[in-house]
Amino acid sequence: MSIAEQQAEIVAEFALFDDWMQRYEYMIELGKSLPLIASDYKTDDHIIKGCQSKVWVHAELEKDKILFTADSDAIITKGIIAILIRVFSNQHPKDILAADTAFIDEIGLKEHLSPTRANGLVSMIKQLKMYAIAYQTQLT
Amino acid sequence: MYNTTLDLAQIRADFPILQRKVNGQPLIYLDNAATSQTPLPVINAISDYYKHSNANIHRGVHALSQEATDLFEAARKKIQNHFNAAAAHEIILTSGTTHAINLVANGFASILEKGDELIVSALEHHANIVPWQMLCERTGAKLNVIPMTDEGTLDMEAFDALVSIRTKVVFVNHVSNALGIINPIKHIIEKAHAVGAAVLIDGAQATPHLVPDVQALDVDFYTTSAHKICGPTGIGMLYGKEEWLRKLPPYQGGGEMIDQVTFEKTTYADLPHKFEAGTPNIAGGVGFGAAIDYMNTIGFDAIAAHEYNLMQHASEKLTQIEGLRIYGNVPHKVAVISFNVEGLHPYDIGTLLDKMGIAVRTGHHCCQPIMDFYQIPGTVRASFAFYNTHEEVDQFVTGVEKAVSMLR
Repeated sequence: MSIAEQQAEIVAEFALFDDWMQRYEYMIELGKSLPLIASDYKTDDHIIKGCQSKVWVHAELEKDKILFTADSDAIITKGIIAILIRVFSNQHPKDILAADTAFIDEIGLKEHLSPTRANGLVSMIKQLKMYAIAYQTQLT
Repeated sequence: MYNTTLDLAQIRADFPILQRKVNGQPLIYLDNAATSQTPLPVINAISDYYKHSNANIHRGVHALSQEATDLFEAARKKIQNHFNAAAAHEIILTSGTTHAINLVANGFASILEKGDELIVSALEHHANIVPWQMLCERTGAKLNVIPMTDEGTLDMEAFDALVSIRTKVVFVNHVSNALGIINPIKHIIEKAHAVGAAVLIDGAQATPHLVPDVQALDVDFYTTSAHKICGPTGIGMLYGKEEWLRKLPPYQGGGEMIDQVTFEKTTYADLPHKFEAGTPNIAGGVGFGAAIDYMNTIGFDAIAAHEYNLMQHASEKLTQIEGLRIYGNVPHKVAVISFNVEGLHPYDIGTLLDKMGIAVRTGHHCCQPIMDFYQIPGTVRASFAFYNTHEEVDQFVTGVEKAVSMLR
């Protein structure tokens, strides 16, 4: 599935909910089902700065696609990173770099996009894209 | 004259912001320890100042300048009376507590020598740690820390053992911002004075709830920020005993703080202007004075009694939630509840409460050493003000229950 298709699928899932509670319950559920990062990677090198909770992200290249894994000590943050991983993992670096993130707004999580927001969604997206830049250079 | 009970409907009508909605819900504001809300008399005082009296102070011969000067100095007088300072010139208007602490710490750079010691408490806000660490780096003085107990109180036996003739300055908060505990500052001041050390008390978290008498305390420096007590942001005060303020060199150079300027030598203005370089926050000062008037009209006895009831009510209900732990749950505290729920991150609880229109603080509250002590990433902190109601406390507790059931 392409990034755009993944995003469309998530937007469709969130469209089923009537209120914020259902949306957050679903995010919490996504957070709980996130495949965990290997504990070797839960080090300070893998922490994303700018979050009130801790977020670790690991990336590796498989053939020409990036696989992301992540974890957080806060469950809502974990839900947010789970959504990002669903969209961006197993994708080609150049597609990750080209992707926009307007779908965040569409699923009613706009408030998390503010750069001053303590959960650092903006920092997470930036970090995923940084990995994409690094691997893109390796591939070319 | 103090009221014994508060007319909450009347009081809440003074705070326009309390009528608004957040995320579609009526706002329940329980982040008062971070900043308090501003009542109409304070907003009007600031607005009137700009509408009628705005001019630069202490300089002009014209009527407006004189009027603005009178308003600003009247505010200083109100602050002096409120904290019972011996003289108005012992009140320095600063941009806030952080500025006040930096002013004092910077001043001690010319007094301290290598081998001198400073004492800080483990319960301090970063603003009462970092300026002194910077001072130690500059002077070679040593920073000693009063440890905390598991209950969240200061280990006073350890403090007594730390005090020696090498001790030059002790700086402790009156009330801990992360836990709300009232520290035994009277004992600390006496003990420090016995060895000739100066004491600075950070009163930012105490002054919304009680009225310190700086002369009765015999404290050398006392600081607070206006926005903690219903005043505007960007203004605060440093109380300093006259002898200490004369001893310390100026912090910043500029206009207002000078007596004579030549390129050979500049002489400094007398107190308090020596420490007030540049055009001050005049409107802020006026607002600060109005805030003190407002709080005193409500009455601090009634404020303290109401807030204590709110906190008791909240504590009783919160502790019924399984796995909920309140940090620093001792009798001698102000209306602050810092807590965690087992297995849950404070950030998650705070985020869900926000969706319900309830404002609390989550995180380390600028007190990372306390969080390290408990080995937690942070806490959820609910801090109450006199304008909060029992109904709000009930809704807050229901909100926490709802958040916990969603997260578990």
